[in-house]
Amino acid sequence: MKILVCISHVPDTTSKINFTENDSAFDSNGVQYVINPYDEFALARAMWFKEKQGASITVITVGNAGTEPSLRKALAIGADDAIRIDAEATDGFFVAKQLAEVAKSNGYDLILTGRESIDYNGAMVPGMLATFLDYNFVNACIGVEIENNTATAIKEIDGGSETLSTSLPLVLAGQKGLVEEKELRIPNMRGIMMARKKPLSVVAAIETEATTKSVRFEKPEEKSACKMVAASDIDGLIDLLHNEAKVI
Amino acid sequence: MSVLVFAEASEGKFKKAALEVVSYGKKIAEQLGTELVALTINASNASELASYGAQKIIKVTQDNQESFDAKCTATTIKEVALKEAADVVIIDSSSNGLYVAPIVAAQLNAGYASNVIDVPSSTQPFTVKRKAFSNKAFNHTEISTAVKVIGLAKNSFGIVENSTTATEEDFTSTATASGVSSTALNKASGQVTIADADVVVSGGRGLKGPENWGLIEDLAEVLGAATACSKPVSDLGWRPHAEHVGQTGKPVASNLYIAIGISGAIQHLAGINASKVKVVINTDPEAPFFKAADYGIVGDAFEVVPQLIEKLKVFKANN
Ligand SMILES: Cc1cc2nc3c(=O)[nH]c(=O)nc-3n(C[C@H](O)[C@H](O)[C@H](O)COP(=O)(O)OP(=O)(O)OC[C@H]3O[C@@H](n4cnc5c(N)ncnc54)[C@H](O)[C@@H]3O)c2cc1C
Ligand SMILES: Nc1ncnc2c1ncn2[C@@H]1O[C@H](COP(=O)(O)O)[C@@H](O)[C@H]1O
Repeated sequence: MKILVCISHVPDTTSKINFTENDSAFDSNGVQYVINPYDEFALARAMWFKEKQGASITVITVGNAGTEPSLRKALAIGADDAIRIDAEATDGFFVAKQLAEVAKSNGYDLILTGRESIDYNGAMVPGMLATFLDYNFVNACIGVEIENNTATAIKEIDGGSETLSTSLPLVLAGQKGLVEEKELRIPNMRGIMMARKKPLSVVAAIETEATTKSVRFEKPEEKSACKMVAASDIDGLIDLLHNEAKVI
Repeated sequence: MSVLVFAEASEGKFKKAALEVVSYGKKIAEQLGTELVALTINASNASELASYGAQKIIKVTQDNQESFDAKCTATTIKEVALKEAADVVIIDSSSNGLYVAPIVAAQLNAGYASNVIDVPSSTQPFTVKRKAFSNKAFNHTEISTAVKVIGLAKNSFGIVENSTTATEEDFTSTATASGVSSTALNKASGQVTIADADVVVSGGRGLKGPENWGLIEDLAEVLGAATACSKPVSDLGWRPHAEHVGQTGKPVASNLYIAIGISGAIQHLAGINASKVKVVINTDPEAPFFKAADYGIVGDAFEVVPQLIEKLKVFKANN
């Protein structure tokens, strides 16, 4: 089985979010970048397939040279090779077109992505990618088993889960559940050494137009101070929630 | 020209999110000076949408769309968008909405903005405000394609009654079942889900163990609320993963969020910031959550919550 794992390179979850250039650009000053947390679950599941059922793993990202540390980390975790499509990833449609182009020429059986990137929270690349490739697609995937050409996937739905039956080639947008937290992989020394020798190819982006453009960022208004209520004054809290906040 | 909204019915009935997208679509149709068209699939009371501003209601009633199939639904939306020459297609952020919207956008070659929280600030260029960086900021995004797909964030616009007379029309989609089929549904019926709830009661590690969750459940029951938890609580197996909220869990956009024994780590706050009113109960006055909360009680959950439950019962009986 040939697996492609799509990696997005994002600010760490604890990052302070600030903007520069008149709020038109994200301020990456002092920001630590990581593999998108959902993509880590995807990669760990890919490793499971590789070890248990035999598979090759390619990791791919659309981004500038600055994203390469995330690809190297994925190689250190155990991916076999990496591809960077050399373009600024500003629009989900654009990214999906780029990924589709490479996927089409290389022919993968399974494409694993995260449910969403934690920076722009677009949740759009996986569905678009599957549509451009005309592959089967399962969103919000929390479990998958593959036997020959058939896949059984579990999808999270509002208030529960649903079991789906589908076949390869397949795009899965995953999250926790694909593997458990404790099964996430951390690169070890040997992996890091080996990763240096693994192929990381850089390919040029294809000509395609962006469909959206970021104009400006805005930070939420400062919150007013929290109103403290004494632990002995539960009636006071109920009164505030009823008469002031009007939520009960 | 038209604005098309997909008003999703669940077991024939419209959820709040469906009525919200219709209300929102009405506003955009007014901005653009066009008609609001609502698409329904196997809805039993499609006419209800006229009360929220739909001027034309397109009804698809097909057996092969009885159970939700994302690609099939997306293709149906695309067909109707083309037939109605829609400039804007609006889809809600339910789990089905999030599944369908990118497929629709790709099929229509349309730019897609998800997590949108307001009507366009400008229609020429078409610019919308959306949540980004897990609720830590907003992004103003311009969609440059002829057709625009908008994913409306939950509880961001609200339901607005706007009675109109609507024409109704039946439509038969050519969409056929995709290669993904449902074999089992595992859903507790009658339970309020985090996605739909007006009130969410959430517990953290401060509750010490799963045996104490009766407190959370009882409080949720008085309030008609959904229950949720912090990430370590689900990691420890005290509660199911589906209840984990936060940046890497479920997003919460309820009217009221009550956090009990949760410290308020940045990753937790990122997922619940969109809730309108936040109440925190925590023994530690220095807990970071108080900085993000609207109302706070410094106190022991095991003393405060039972009292809150009893007093709320009395309050509910009188109100
Ligand atoms: C990549 C990444 C992603 C993450 N994603 C998420 C996420 O999506 N959601 C999430 O929740 N976390 C997430 N986290 C974890 C997060 O950083 C915190 O560790 C977590 O939110 C803490 O959970 P907690 O508040 O329940 O526990 P603690 O931090 O242990 O806090 C317990 C609180 O309970 C209080 N307390 C103790 N006893 C009582 C009592 N008797 N009555 C009242 N209060 C009491 C304490 O004062 C304390 O404030 C993530 C972390 C990382 C690194
Ligand atoms: N620039 C990118 N390069 C490669 N994969 C990406 C990129 N952006 C998003 N993805 C993949 O698509 C998923 C959803 O991202 P998004 O649609 O941006 O929220 C991510 O979890 C990644 O797996």
